[in-house]
Amino acid sequence: MSGMDGGRDINPVPARPDEAQSPRIGVDEWVASHEARRQLGRIQKELERIPRPGFYLAFAIGAAILPLVTSDGYIIRVGFDTLLYMLLALGLNIVVGYAGLLDLGYVAFYGFGAYGYAMLASPKFGLHWSTLAVIPVVIVATAILGFLVALPSRRLLGDYLAIVTLFFGQLFVTVYQNGQAMSFLGFSRQYDVTGGPNGIPAVDNWNAFGATISSLRGYFYAALVVFVIALAAVYLVDESRTGRAWKSLREDPLAAEMMGMPVNRLKLIAFAFGAAIAGLAGTLFAALNTAVFSADFDVPTLIIVYAMLILGGAGSLGGVIIGALVVNVSLEVLRTPDHATWVFYGLLFVTLLVRLRPWRVLATVLGGTIALGYAVHAISSAFWSRGVDGTASVGGWLGGGLQGWVLHPSNPQTIGNVAFVLLVLAVLWVTTLRGWWQKLALIPTLYLTAFVWENRLVVEPSITRLILVGVILIVLMNARPQGLLGSARVEIV
Amino acid sequence: MNWNLFLTELVAGITHGSVYALIALGYSMVYGILKLLNFAHGDVYMVGSFVGFGLVTVFGGSEALSVNVWILLFVMLFCAMLAGGLLGVMIERFAYRRLRAAPRIAPLITALGVSFFLENSAQLILGAQYQSYNSYGWHNGALWASGFTLPSGVHVGLPQVIVVVGAVVLMLGLTVFVRNSQLGKAMRATSFDREAAAMMGIDVDRVIVATFFIGSALAGAAGVFNGLVYQQVWPYMGFQAGLYAFIAAVVGGIGNLPGAVVGGLVIGLAQSFSIGYISSTFSDAIVFAVLIAVMVVRPSGLLGRAAVQKV
Repeated sequence: MSGMDGGRDINPVPARPDEAQSPRIGVDEWVASHEARRQLGRIQKELERIPRPGFYLAFAIGAAILPLVTSDGYIIRVGFDTLLYMLLALGLNIVVGYAGLLDLGYVAFYGFGAYGYAMLASPKFGLHWSTLAVIPVVIVATAILGFLVALPSRRLLGDYLAIVTLFFGQLFVTVYQNGQAMSFLGFSRQYDVTGGPNGIPAVDNWNAFGATISSLRGYFYAALVVFVIALAAVYLVDESRTGRAWKSLREDPLAAEMMGMPVNRLKLIAFAFGAAIAGLAGTLFAALNTAVFSADFDVPTLIIVYAMLILGGAGSLGGVIIGALVVNVSLEVLRTPDHATWVFYGLLFVTLLVRLRPWRVLATVLGGTIALGYAVHAISSAFWSRGVDGTASVGGWLGGGLQGWVLHPSNPQTIGNVAFVLLVLAVLWVTTLRGWWQKLALIPTLYLTAFVWENRLVVEPSITRLILVGVILIVLMNARPQGLLGSARVEIV
Repeated sequence: MNWNLFLTELVAGITHGSVYALIALGYSMVYGILKLLNFAHGDVYMVGSFVGFGLVTVFGGSEALSVNVWILLFVMLFCAMLAGGLLGVMIERFAYRRLRAAPRIAPLITALGVSFFLENSAQLILGAQYQSYNSYGWHNGALWASGFTLPSGVHVGLPQVIVVVGAVVLMLGLTVFVRNSQLGKAMRATSFDREAAAMMGIDVDRVIVATFFIGSALAGAAGVFNGLVYQQVWPYMGFQAGLYAFIAAVVGGIGNLPGAVVGGLVIGLAQSFSIGYISSTFSDAIVFAVLIAVMVVRPSGLLGRAAVQKV
C-alpha cells in the first residue's frame, strides 16, 4: 500500500544510535527476516519441528476414536456435522484463503451437490444410482457450475464476483424452492424438478460394493474418510505449483500476472475446486438426512461457514479444523440454556483474565461488578419488587448466586430488549475509552451483559447463536484478522 | 396489447425502482469513496422502515391515526433518515474504520458480519413476524383513494405518487449538494483520489462520515417509502432489497450517482415486468440475467466509465 505516511524521509537522520544497523520496519530486509524474529516458546519450537501432516493424522485418529468412547447418538451427530462443516470450510478455504476471492454463493454449490445426490439416488425420478457413480458425477457437475458462475466476472474486479455469487446463491434458493412446477418459455407442460418447498424425501443411503451405510456411526466414519481424503488432496495442491500460484495471486494479482501466471485461469480453477468440495459435502448431507430442503442452503449456513474459516484463519488447513470445531461445538452448546450459561460466564471470565492486567485491575473490575450487582439487587428489592420476581436461567450454585445478584424481572421481554440495545451502545462506548476510565466503564457494562444474557439472550437460543456468529466476524476482523492459526501478514509499505 | 397490464406494471416498476434507486445511491456513494461493498446497507433500510412503523403505532396505529397524514409522513421521514444516518455513522466508526488499510477482503467479511448482526438483533427485539404499515387503513383509506387515474383505468394511489416524487426530490437534493456544496466537492475529490484529497487538506475522515450519514439517511427514507406502498416490514427485509439495490448500483455503474438511479429504475422495471408477463416466482432469475448481460456487455455499468486501474 502506498500510504502517505509510508514515504521515506528526505534527510534520514537515525533516531537511535543503532537504527542505522537494524532493518527498518516495512523494508524488504525486515520483511524477509520476519520468521526469524518471531519469539517462540520452547513447546512451540518443538511443535514446529513436527511436519504438518502429523497434526492432521493426530486429528484423524482422535476423531476416529470418538464413536468408540461414546455411544451417545447426539454427540456422534454433532461430530458428523462438525466434519461436514470442516469439509465445507476446507473448500471455502481454497477460494477465500488461497485465491483471495470472495465467494458468497458457496452454499449454493453445497445445495447443488445435495440436490444432485437426491435426484440421482431417490424414488423422485426412479433413479437409484450407486454412490460410487453419483459422487464423480456430482463433483464434476458442481465444478462445471462453479466455473460457469465465475466466468462472467473473470475479467472484473473481485467485488463483482462477490455480487454475482451472492445473487447466484439467492437465485439457487428461489429456484429450488419453486421448482415443483418448472415450465419452459412457451410450453404449458409443467415439470416437478426439485419438489419445491417439500424438498426431495426418501433419499437413498450411501452404498458401495453391495454394502450400505445406514447407521449414524457409519456416516461419521464415511464423513471422516471423505474429509481426510479431501484434506490430503488440498494439502498436496497447496504444496504444488498451483497452490503457490494461488497464494501469490492473493498477495498481489498484478505481480503474479507480471510473472507470467495465467491469473484468470487460476481464479477459475480455485473457484471450481472449492465448489466441487462443497458438492461432495452436499452428497453426505443428503444421504444422512435422507431428505433435502432448499432452506438449508441459505445465507445463515454461508455465514456460519465463513465464521469458521475466519476464526481458524483463512489460508490455514489446521485453522479450518479448529475453526469448524470451535464454532460448531459452541453453537451446539448454546442450544441448551444450562450449558450455555456456564460456557457464557466461563468465557467472559477467561477473557477478562487474559485481557485485564495487572491483577489489581482485574480484581477492581470483578469486585466492582459483584458489588454493583448486589447493590442494584438490594435497591431493586426495596423499591421495585417486580425486578427480582423472575428466576435464573440455570440451576445449581451458579443459578443460586445469579438469582441474588442479577435482576430477573417477572416479564423481561421489553426491558430485556431495551437493555440489549443499551448493551450494544455501552460496548461500543467502552471501546472508545482508554485507561482507567475504560476499566470503570467496564463494570456497569459487565453487569448489563449479565442482565441481558439472563433475561433475553438465553431465552432465544436460536437467534442468540446467529447474533454471536455476526459478532465473531466483526470482532475477529477488527482485532485479529489472521484468525487463530493464520500468521499475521507483513506488508511491504 | 393489454394496456391495463402494461401500465400497472409500469407504475409498479417505477415505484419499486425509486426505492431501489434510493438504496443504491448509498451503496454507490460508499463504494465511490471507500471501494467497499457495504453489505449492511440493506439493514439500515430495514431499520428505517421499522422506525416508520414504530411512529405509525405511536400515533394510534393504522386504523385510528390521530394526526394529519402529511405531518405523520414528515415526522416518519425525518426520524427514519436520522436513525438511518446515525446507524450508518456508527457502523463506519466501529466496524470499518480500523480496516481501511487492511486487505480488501477483511472489510467485506466485516460487512457481512454487521449485516448478520443487525438482522438477527432486529429479530430478537422485534420478533420474526411480518408487521404492516397498512396505509390502506389510514383515515379510512383516504390516502389510496386520492391520486389519479391513467387511461385504460389504472389507478395510481397517492402513496405511489408520494414515493416517486419524494425519491426525485431527495435525488435532486443530493445532486445539488454533491455539485455545489463544499462538503460535496470534498466528497467528489475524495472519491476521485483519496490520498491526493488528503494532501490537499481535505479531512478525509469527516468526508467518509458524511458519506455514510447521507447514504444511510437515504436508505432510511427508502425504508419508509417502501412501507408506505408495500406495507410489510420484517427483520430480514433488508437482505432482499439490499441485494436488488446492489445489483441496481452495479447495472448503472457502481460509484456513479446518476447510474445508481438509472440502475434502480432498470431493475425495478425488469422485476415488475417479469412478474407481470413471465412468472412471479422467477423474477429473480430475470434480474440475474439482466445483471449478467450488463456485466458481459458493459462491465463498467450502463453509465459508468471503464475503470482505469492504477499500477
